[in-house]
Amino acid sequence: MQLLSGNEALALGAYHSGVQVATAYPGTPSTEILENLARFKDIYAEWSTNEKVAMEVAMGAAYTGARAMASMKHVGLNVASDPFMAASYTGIIGGLVVVCADDPQIHSSQNEQDNRHYARMAKIPMLEPTDSQDAYDLMGYAFDISEEFDTPVMLRTTTRTSHSKSVVDVKRKRVVKNPQPTFHFNQQKYIMLPVNALPRHALMEKRLLKLREYTETFPLNQITWGKRDLGIVTGGVAYQYAREVFPEASFLKLGMSYPLPEKMIKAFADQVDKLIVVEELDPFLQENIQAMGIEVTGKEFIPLVGELNTRIVTESSKVAGLLPDSETGKVLPPASGLPRRPPLLCPGCPHTGIYFVLNSIGQRSKLAASKNNGPQEPKLIVTGDIGCYTLGAYPPLSVLDTTACMGAGIGQALGMERAGVKSKVVAVIGDSTFMHSGITGLVDAVYNDGHITILVLDNRTTAMTGHQEHPGTGISAQGRETCAVDIESLARGIGVRDVKVVDAFDLKALRAGVRDSLERPEVSVIIVRGSCAMLIRKRANPRKVDIEKCSQCNYCLGLGCPAIQSVDGQVFIEPTLCAGDICTICEQLCPQKAISA
Amino acid sequence: MSNGNKMEKIDLLVTGVGGQGVVLASDIIGETSLAAGFDVKKTDTLGMAQRGGSVLSHVRLAPKVWSPLIKDGSVDLLLAFEKLEAARWSHYLRPGGIAIVNNYEQPPLSVSLGQEKYPTNDEIAAALKRQTDQVYLVDGTGQAKELGNVRVLNIFMLGCFSVFAPLEVETWKESIARRLPENIREINLTAFEKGRKEIESVRIGKS
Repeated sequence: MQLLSGNEALALGAYHSGVQVATAYPGTPSTEILENLARFKDIYAEWSTNEKVAMEVAMGAAYTGARAMASMKHVGLNVASDPFMAASYTGIIGGLVVVCADDPQIHSSQNEQDNRHYARMAKIPMLEPTDSQDAYDLMGYAFDISEEFDTPVMLRTTTRTSHSKSVVDVKRKRVVKNPQPTFHFNQQKYIMLPVNALPRHALMEKRLLKLREYTETFPLNQITWGKRDLGIVTGGVAYQYAREVFPEASFLKLGMSYPLPEKMIKAFADQVDKLIVVEELDPFLQENIQAMGIEVTGKEFIPLVGELNTRIVTESSKVAGLLPDSETGKVLPPASGLPRRPPLLCPGCPHTGIYFVLNSIGQRSKLAASKNNGPQEPKLIVTGDIGCYTLGAYPPLSVLDTTACMGAGIGQALGMERAGVKSKVVAVIGDSTFMHSGITGLVDAVYNDGHITILVLDNRTTAMTGHQEHPGTGISAQGRETCAVDIESLARGIGVRDVKVVDAFDLKALRAGVRDSLERPEVSVIIVRGSCAMLIRKRANPRKVDIEKCSQCNYCLGLGCPAIQSVDGQVFIEPTLCAGDICTICEQLCPQKAISA
Repeated sequence: MSNGNKMEKIDLLVTGVGGQGVVLASDIIGETSLAAGFDVKKTDTLGMAQRGGSVLSHVRLAPKVWSPLIKDGSVDLLLAFEKLEAARWSHYLRPGGIAIVNNYEQPPLSVSLGQEKYPTNDEIAAALKRQTDQVYLVDGTGQAKELGNVRVLNIFMLGCFSVFAPLEVETWKESIARRLPENIREINLTAFEKGRKEIESVRIGKS
C-alpha cells in the first residue's frame, strides 16, 4: 500500500501498463504526471513545446504500435484539440491515452471549462477516477480499451483528484506489449484526405456503438445498493462528497463517463424512488441521462460554478429537500477583517525590476489608484500572458492590462496597435510561454509590420508550474543535454531587426532599453534575462536598510518584494528572505542610498 | 475527547505561508498514518499559492475516509505555522477542537504597504476562541532558529501534533527519516523531539 497523489498514481499506472512514450507541457494540475514518468529511464518522456506538439508526438508513437500518453491541463486540450480530433479519426495501433486535468474552482488557471464535452465531441471513451486507486486502475483499462477499439482514450481528472493523496494498492508490474514498434503502410487509416476521412467517420460511429455495449459491463461502473428511496449517479471526486453526505443512499459510480451505460442507468433508475446526479461544473451526466428519457435532477440545486465539497453538497441537498433542515450545524463565518495573502513575486525575482520600470514609465500606480473615477487610458498598455509574471497584475506593481491564454499577449498587443490606440503597447511573455505559443504571434507582428515592443522575460525555466525545462534551456525532461533553442537568433531569424538582451537585475539598463524600444517604429524585442530566484541556492549578503539615511519615502515598498517589510512606518529587509547579491534592485532604486549589504 | 487524549480519527488542517514546509509536514503525517494502518486522504493548495501565499493542507485519517476535503466546522486539530493563517482558517475548527499555533508573524505585503493591519494577538485568540479554548501557542520559529536552521520548523510542528495523534513515536521517526536526506535527518529528529516537549510543557502550564 502506498499513499499516492492522483497524478503519481496515473504515472505509475501508465508505467505498469507499458507506456513507452509520454509527452506533456507543464500545466497545473497535470504537471506531476510527466514529472513522475520521466524518472523511469526505460521509457521516453519529453516536455513538448506545447500541448499540440505533445499530442502529435504521442500520436506518432501510437501509430507504430508503442503505447503512448499525452498529459495536459484542461486548457491545454484547447491547444491540442486539432490533433486530438484527428487522432479520433485515424485511430491508433498502440494504446493512446490523453490525460486531461480540469481545474474546477480555478485554483491556477484562466477558466474552469468542463472538458468532458471534448470526449463527446471527439466520440471517444472517457474515464474518470474518484481517487488515486481508481487513477491507477483506470490507466490500465485505458490502454486496453484504446487498443481494443482503435481509439484514443481520454482520462479526465480534476485538481482535487490529481492533487489529493490516497491509499493505493499497487497491484501490477510493468509489461510491455510491443517492445519493437513498427510502422505499417496504411494510407486509408493515416491520411485524412476527404476520400479517407469520410469512411473513417463512419467507422467512428460504429466504434461508438460498440463502446456503448462495452460500458454496460465495464468493471469500474459500479452500483452500491443502499436504501432505495434515493439513487445517486456520480463520478470523479463528487462521488466521494456524495458518499460522505448520503451514507445510506444507493450509488451508481461511473468510472467511464462517456459513452454512458444506458441499460445500467435505466435499471438503476427503475429501482430507486428518486434519481439525482451529483457532479461538478456542467450538467454533463445529467443531460446525457435526461436524453435517455429518464427523470433526473441535479443542477437544479448543485452549483454549476466552482468545485464541490461536502458542505456545498449538504447545503444544496437541504434546499432540494433531500436532507432534513435539522442537520444544520452551527457554521461560523471566516474571521472578518483579516489581511489577504495573495501569491507574490519572490524575493530576488527577475521579473520585479522590469515590472518596476514599466510601472514607473507607464505611471501605472496612478491608474490603479483612480480606477473608480471613470474610464482611464493607460499611458503604456501592457498585454500579459500566463506564468509567474501574471502576478505582476497585483499592486503595488499593477503592470498588466490583459491576460487571456498562453501566447495571447503578442497578438492582443498588435490588435490594439492596429486598431489605432494612441498609447504605446508592450507585450510581456515568459520564455517557456514564448516557446509554447508566442513565436507565431511574433511572426504575425513582423509580417504585418507592427509597432509594438515584446518583452521576453527569460528566467530560464517554466517557473510557475515548478521549474520544468523547456526548449530554451536545452535540458530534456529526463535530464539529458539536448539542443537549446536560442531566443535572440530565433527573433532575428523571424525578421526582428531590434533585438536587445538586458540583465534583469540592472534597473538603469532596463529603463534605457524600454525607452529606446518604445520610440522605434518597428517590432522590437527585449529579452530580459535573469535566472528564477528559486533555482539559485547561493544567497549571500542580504541587504540592510540604514535607518539613519532612510527618509521613509517607502519607494522600495513599490517593488512588492516580500523581503521588504515595514513595521510602524520603518522599512526593514528580512534577512532570511532577501536574495542578496543576485538581486540588489532595491539598492539601485533607493533615492537616499540607504540600502546596502 | 478530553484534553490530549489520543483520537480514533483526525481531521487535520495544516496551514502556513508558502516556503514554510506545510506540504512536506502534511505528507509525513499522511505516510505515518498509513504506516499505522489508517485510511488516509490529504490534499493541498498548490500552483499559484506556492509563491508566498497562504498554504493549506487537509489531512484526514480514520478507518475509512471519503472526501479529501474536510467540512468547515469539523476540524479536530488546526496546526498553524503562522498566526494570521491560524485565524484565517479558524472557522474550520469544530467546537472544542485543538489549535496549535506557532507564535510567529509574517506580515503580508498589504500590511507592509500600510493598506491592511495585521491582527493583534487578542484578535487572533478571539477568532480561535469562537470555537475552542484548547489553543496551544508554541515558539516554533524561535526554537528552530536556536537549533540553527529555521527550516526545521515544520518538523518541530509535526512533533507538537504527534502528541495528539494515535501513532507511535517510532513510526513518526521512521517516516521522518524516510522523507529527509541524511545530512538534515538528525537536526529534524531533534526538532521533532523539541516539538513534543514543547506541547507537554505548555499543557502542564495550562492545567
